[in-house]
Amino acid sequence: MANPRYWRENPSRYNLIGKRCENCGTVHFPPREICPKCRRKSIGKMKSHKLSGRGKVYSFTIVHEPMPDFSLMKPYIMAMVEMEEGVRLTGQIVDCEPARLSIGMEVEATLRKLGQEGSSGIIRYGYKFRPR
Amino acid sequence: MMFGHGEKDVGIVTYGAYIPRFRILPEEIARVWGENGEAMKNGLMIFSKSVPYPDEDVITISVEAARNALARADLDPEEIGAVYVGSESHPYAVKPSGTIVAEAIGASHFITVADYEFACKAGTAAMQTSMGLVSSGMAKYSLAIGADTSQGAPGDALEYSASAGGAAFIIGKEGVIARINRTLSFTSDTPDFWRREGQPYPSHGGRFTGEPAYFRHVATCAGELMKVQGTQPSDYDFAVFHQPNGKFPTRVAQQLGFEKKQYETGLTTPYIGNTYSASMMIGLSAILDVAKPGQKVLGVAFGSGAGSDAFDITITDEMENYNKAAAPTVKSLVERSELLDYGRYAKFKGKIVMKE
Ligand SMILES: [Zn+2]
Repeated sequence: MANPRYWRENPSRYNLIGKRCENCGTVHFPPREICPKCRRKSIGKMKSHKLSGRGKVYSFTIVHEPMPDFSLMKPYIMAMVEMEEGVRLTGQIVDCEPARLSIGMEVEATLRKLGQEGSSGIIRYGYKFRPR
Repeated sequence: MMFGHGEKDVGIVTYGAYIPRFRILPEEIARVWGENGEAMKNGLMIFSKSVPYPDEDVITISVEAARNALARADLDPEEIGAVYVGSESHPYAVKPSGTIVAEAIGASHFITVADYEFACKAGTAAMQTSMGLVSSGMAKYSLAIGADTSQGAPGDALEYSASAGGAAFIIGKEGVIARINRTLSFTSDTPDFWRREGQPYPSHGGRFTGEPAYFRHVATCAGELMKVQGTQPSDYDFAVFHQPNGKFPTRVAQQLGFEKKQYETGLTTPYIGNTYSASMMIGLSAILDVAKPGQKVLGVAFGSGAGSDAFDITITDEMENYNKAAAPTVKSLVERSELLDYGRYAKFKGKIVMKE
């Protein structure tokens, strides 16, 4: 059985559903129950907010010593992506040669396999990014 | 006729396709196995085939196709009443692909979901079920997906054709861009191709199964549908058939009396290989990419085992208002490609045994 906490977060992981603070307008991902800027003023004002999936590469690194789930993709790109809504997400960039990648490049979210618990375990899915 | 005509007019409300971006050439596969690449290429009429990245499977491909379909339509995913994913390469033997697909497109939890299997025609079986649900009023919209990441055993003839891709059709009564005037199926017990539970690669009866399996089922199903509809090949602007390779659909089209200008638009296998459950549906998507109101389409899928599903389709005026540009066309998905050598291909497809 998959980790229950991980599993409960699947809908937000698949669909990039974060929370928007109705007090200051900041969008948070992963979803948070309290806005760190507004604290108590944000209580009851955190509304579900689906990100557009579009963003720009803010920074990136090429990974040459991968985790086991990523060994077939080595070397691969991990990037911090600034989403249209302002929030920054970390994720792998796929469908892109490392040489083609640049800061500021426009990317969009896609659903891919994140890993699996061996050949008999659960398969984990979630967002990655690719050039637009 | 026992099957194929509903109470109410239904059709395709929106559609989307997806093809992974990697390709391998037949010459490269032949180089490794000591075969004649030129002969394979010309014999199968396959010039390249698509290969999924290691993090792609039927579920991710289905989600891509379904999201492309939703992007083009002004449709609330919560109005979808059913999700059916047809494939012969579902990632799980037990746990429906559709459960993850439905969650990932933002569908309601109060829907019915099931995975379908019927070799290469599981996606069109899903379309037919969707037609029934919508026609009867049980669902407003129903999502039918055909997707596969098929495997041919290394060195087997199938390795030159088995590829990956998906197509998603949302069936409904309102906002129909392509009306399905009628569907019809032809099914028999024909052991042309199979895979036993737990086996990684399929088995097949070899070349001689073409006639009793593919040609008999496709030609009979298409012929019967045209008879029932009172149509003939010249009444259709486009025709698309299941495409295990480039040769079979070309030959069956010619046998039935279709001309190149009718079948070339939907013929995508020469460039992407056989996407199995998605094959006819991607071809149909390529036709919808260019079709104009009033034009007629004949689509015939085939699944080994064996059966054919045929569809008589008319493009409606709604196509004029349809936001086609909101998702990539099949042509752009075919063109967006990067070549692999056999080593990377084998690694991507998990053909190399790794230490756990
Ligand atoms: Zn705030």
